Amino acid sequence: MQKVLHINPDKCTGCLQCEMACSFENYGTFATAKSRIKVFDFHHTGKKVPYTCTQCDEAWCLHACPVEAITMNRTTGAMEVNESTCVGCKVCTIACPFGTINYVEETGKVQKCDLCGGEPACADACPTGAITFIDANWTGLGKMAQWADKLGNQPSAA
Amino acid sequence: MSWTGKILRVNLTTGAIKAEPTNMDWARAYIGSRGLGTKYLVEEVDATVEPLSADNKIIWATGPLTGTMASTGGRYTVITKSPLTGAVACSNSGGYWGAEFKMAGWDMLIFEGKSPKPVYLYVNDDQVELRDAAHLWGKSVWETEESLKKSLQDPLTRVSSIGKAGENGVLFASVVNDLHRAAGRSGVGTVMGSKNLKAIAVRGTKGVGNIKNPKAFMKAVNAAKKVLAENGVTGQGLPAYGTQVLMNVINEVGALPTRNHQDSQFEGAKDISAEAMATPRKSDGKKHLVTNQACFACTIACGRISKMDENHFTIVNKPQYRGASGGLEYEAAWALGAANGVNDLEALQYANLLCNEEGIDPISFGTTVGAVMELYEMGVLTKEQIGIEAKFGSAQALAFLTEETIYGRGFGKEIGQGSKRLTAKYGHPDLSMSSKGQEFPAYDGRAIQGIGLAYATSNRGGCHLRGYTIASEVLGIPVKTDPLEHEGKPDLVKAFQDATAAFDSSGLCIFTTFAWGLPDLASQMAGACGDEYTTEELAKIGERIWNMEREFNNRAGFTAKDDSLPKRLLTEPVKTGPSKGKVNMLAEMMPKYYAARGWDSEGRPTAATKARLGL
Repeated sequence: MQKVLHINPDKCTGCLQCEMACSFENYGTFATAKSRIKVFDFHHTGKKVPYTCTQCDEAWCLHACPVEAITMNRTTGAMEVNESTCVGCKVCTIACPFGTINYVEETGKVQKCDLCGGEPACADACPTGAITFIDANWTGLGKMAQWADKLGNQPSAA
Repeated sequence: MSWTGKILRVNLTTGAIKAEPTNMDWARAYIGSRGLGTKYLVEEVDATVEPLSADNKIIWATGPLTGTMASTGGRYTVITKSPLTGAVACSNSGGYWGAEFKMAGWDMLIFEGKSPKPVYLYVNDDQVELRDAAHLWGKSVWETEESLKKSLQDPLTRVSSIGKAGENGVLFASVVNDLHRAAGRSGVGTVMGSKNLKAIAVRGTKGVGNIKNPKAFMKAVNAAKKVLAENGVTGQGLPAYGTQVLMNVINEVGALPTRNHQDSQFEGAKDISAEAMATPRKSDGKKHLVTNQACFACTIACGRISKMDENHFTIVNKPQYRGASGGLEYEAAWALGAANGVNDLEALQYANLLCNEEGIDPISFGTTVGAVMELYEMGVLTKEQIGIEAKFGSAQALAFLTEETIYGRGFGKEIGQGSKRLTAKYGHPDLSMSSKGQEFPAYDGRAIQGIGLAYATSNRGGCHLRGYTIASEVLGIPVKTDPLEHEGKPDLVKAFQDATAAFDSSGLCIFTTFAWGLPDLASQMAGACGDEYTTEELAKIGERIWNMEREFNNRAGFTAKDDSLPKRLLTEPVKTGPSKGKVNMLAEMMPKYYAARGWDSEGRPTAATKARLGL
């Protein structure tokens, strides 16, 4: 079963545990500046929204790469950057419609979410369930269950 | 070992900026944040210094757990000598600024001297510059943050700054970061303003590494997070209701100071409670509360984000206050509300927004307004002097006086001096509800005996966060004690004060202690910094910090007689409710407290105590 990161902004409190977990997993240091998932704080509405790569099947970054440094991991479904092949040309950062692949000055390469090899640290660290790692075919299951509950378990209007 | 090992020293008089190594012997003995920052202050500043002179210093300090995944590990402390109290000032804030500064590679930031003109400090990892702030002077905290993010072309910059109140010398001006998190008390923002320092803008990309034992640390962090999640207060009560969950609780036990401590229960408490914030308003059918919000790394998320009623009289023509913003938290809701007899939730949030926007402490402000209203009702102050009819319960007066105070206009200038100076000026010093010149927070020291002792002995003056015995006396954490009973409270207060000093110095939030004890801190400190941080060692360090602060105050001229409470709490019994007839039994408790502390009858640590603590 392929799994994907699923984000529910309504549950996000803006604690940035996900950003620290990401940087700690990948760099061994707590550095939100190096995180591949970012939480956006829209303070006029109070909304906090985590955002990261959704691992497109037909990935713009993969197709744009001139040296084939980006490949799909057949086990996890993640598009992964091979650092030894990447030349830091940044074409993928232009090609990606979502902005979720970015250049890293310190390494001269690009980085993106690779699902931590199948156990994403961000989802593990999220204290509220705003970020979960779930069945790719059933990302709607939670919402369906809520509406099914409404349909079947609430007193009818009549 | 989780410290960065580097301190930034900025001389505002000369403009010299210097990086220096953190004194690791002191870091070992005082941990960080409150403890380590205060150690630097007491070593470098004469305790008799005039707080608003160039000779005072002001320090921003992070702890070893700031900027890590330890839950709530985002805090920093601002340390200086207070212009409000003349005692040590030590105000702690959450939000994101502290972690960002630590991630830039610094443990602490020390400002010396006074800048000849308004400046702000820009820190981008190792790039540190004092920059002209002429264009920011006269701007609010909110405008300053927005302007800096824009001019630096970096939305990820974090800003710690003062508003107009800090520039204008309001004696309880705060330092505000991330729009609505504040190092709120004792006038740390006033000292910042006196140095012509407007803001510190920080971008940190290095991160916090150098964890002593990463595996043990993460194991301890995860176990401690689980404790928070499974605890009723930190896992359910605080995220759902925030600190405001206390409003009805404290009112029901008869300990909600009302109308300048004339009463101990407020008939309007339910109107300004957490429950009211979560109930649709009659006026527009919308809820006041929008959502909760966490500070950096916090898995509790007690912060409140609210939206006001757009048609409320305070903001009818002020669209800038219509968006979601911080508040109300319990202490502010009490100080702006019950302390003045005001039960208009929207008016309280308006006053609270102004406190954040221009940087003042709502506790000292609200309590001072309470004293003004009492003086007005006594006929000592008139409508002409104040500029409005200042009866208890008047939301109009509260809104008006908030504006006058933050903008430094009219009678607001007098309110900006705090209740001690104001009540003394008008011949009624007993009506200042304060200790050491700092106003009390939201618990009646007659109805809760231990908190009265904690107020009287707090090293920064009237304060609940130096020894939150409410946890034990009202909530039963870690064990229930009788709030009306004074026996046993000296030892309880000491234990809370010492443990709090250790937590405050680590970079974590004191609210974790609703669920955690020192062993939970010890396991995380040991993983991050080394196995020497045992529970016993942390308690001892906490006690060492407490005595260090005490000795600074003693050198500043404080004596045993300053460990006091206003006459009202000692001689005017509570009129109604569960605590009816009670006064605070301070005279009974104080000798036992001094004995428990190992202090002489003048409140000075004995030679034996100092030797035991390595002072």
